[in-house]
Amino acid sequence: MVTQILWPLATLGGMGILFGLLLSYASKKFYVEVDERVALVRECLPGANCGGCGYAGCDNLAAAVVEGSAKVSACPVGGAAVAEQISAIMGLTGGTDFEKVAAYVLCNGAEGGAREIYHYDGVSQCAAAAQFDGGPKSCRFACLGYGDCVRACKFGAVTVVHQQAKVDPDKCTGCGACAAACPKGVIQVTPVKMRLTVACRNTDAAKKVREVCARGCIACKRCEKACEYGAIHVAGGVAQIDYAKCTNCGKCAEQCPSKCIVEKI
Amino acid sequence: MELAASSGGFRIFLMLISAVFCNNFVLARFLGCCPFLGVSKTVGGAVGMGLAVTFVMGLASLFTTMVQLYILNPLNMAYMQTIAFILVIAALVQFVEMFMKKAMPPLYRSLGIYLPLITTNCAVLGVTILNINSSYGLLESVLNGVFSALGFLLAIVLMAGINERLATAKISPILTGFPISLVTAGLMSIAFLGFSGMIR
Repeated sequence: MVTQILWPLATLGGMGILFGLLLSYASKKFYVEVDERVALVRECLPGANCGGCGYAGCDNLAAAVVEGSAKVSACPVGGAAVAEQISAIMGLTGGTDFEKVAAYVLCNGAEGGAREIYHYDGVSQCAAAAQFDGGPKSCRFACLGYGDCVRACKFGAVTVVHQQAKVDPDKCTGCGACAAACPKGVIQVTPVKMRLTVACRNTDAAKKVREVCARGCIACKRCEKACEYGAIHVAGGVAQIDYAKCTNCGKCAEQCPSKCIVEKI
Repeated sequence: MELAASSGGFRIFLMLISAVFCNNFVLARFLGCCPFLGVSKTVGGAVGMGLAVTFVMGLASLFTTMVQLYILNPLNMAYMQTIAFILVIAALVQFVEMFMKKAMPPLYRSLGIYLPLITTNCAVLGVTILNINSSYGLLESVLNGVFSALGFLLAIVLMAGINERLATAKISPILTGFPISLVTAGLMSIAFLGFSGMIR
């Protein structure tokens, strides 16, 4: 009777102790040195693993920051607050040179009347729709509105209204995942403090632009003449703002005949 | 065909077909459903999980059969099988994780994240107990462990492939997400029912 209880007790207990000792020995033997700052930096990061910094997830960015190959302000999601925390951990003094950026959809098709030229009934995805003659919109540069950007966004900042994507600048963290997902390339990540943008990517000639959309850029160069700072130029059939020179004065927007230069917010 | 009556290389071939198709761990035995539904969003992740399970099932089969043959059987303690096997599997997975972290960092980054999930995967305990119930020897146990895990790998990769397509399909809102996954898993299971009875 006693042996019936004692033997199992001894064997299983012995196995347990053996494994315990083995594991504790292994945890010493196979200990991997980790810079403790990596864990601290990782804790500051938002943990969305969005890849907006250019690294594969927050863990990799934390390692890169400690290694010195990434800037303390590399995380676009965390913003200035996280950049400050990280620079404190890394023992850096001075500014963090963080600039808040947000995505904007460079298309006025919904207001300008870019129509459907055929009825698309395939997979509900921009990338798929774009395979069919550039998508069902009359303007071949227009936002298609099937929401590839909505699915790419980890922060719920993008919505589709009237077949056109719209970014909520408050929720947007500027990670750029939507811009990368857009097959039309109509999403641009720009500094938030810059108010204006040319909300059109159509590089066609003026007549062709007018046929498909009332709010398209016709490359008339009036904005170029209006700008006192040389910050806006028509290049390749569409106006583009040089944010290094722009002063937010808004004279280009006043002159634009198709009202395609808009305030982002 | 009778598995029990066969021998040699043909027996191993029958074990492979049996474990992968006829008695597929997920789709016929309904073991390991949690990682099957949880880690099947992308094919890449599913392959990682499947390979990690293959690795652990092979090792666990070896060690648990050793424990059964050399410790439990001589001491007439077969009734302690479940608890002893859980002990062995948990310790084994922990050890493998630590070893991988030190010795093979790239492998750890691709497979290591799945290891803690596997500790509590019932398919691992299931295969070790099935090994004993089928009275397999050491080599056959390891082979059966690896073959069963290959069946798991096949099922989870198929599921991930379907899930990737479901993500872009037009699905009625009430079925979106978990319900459609369960419906899909059920249909796959019915499809695998076609293999049942081929090998006894």
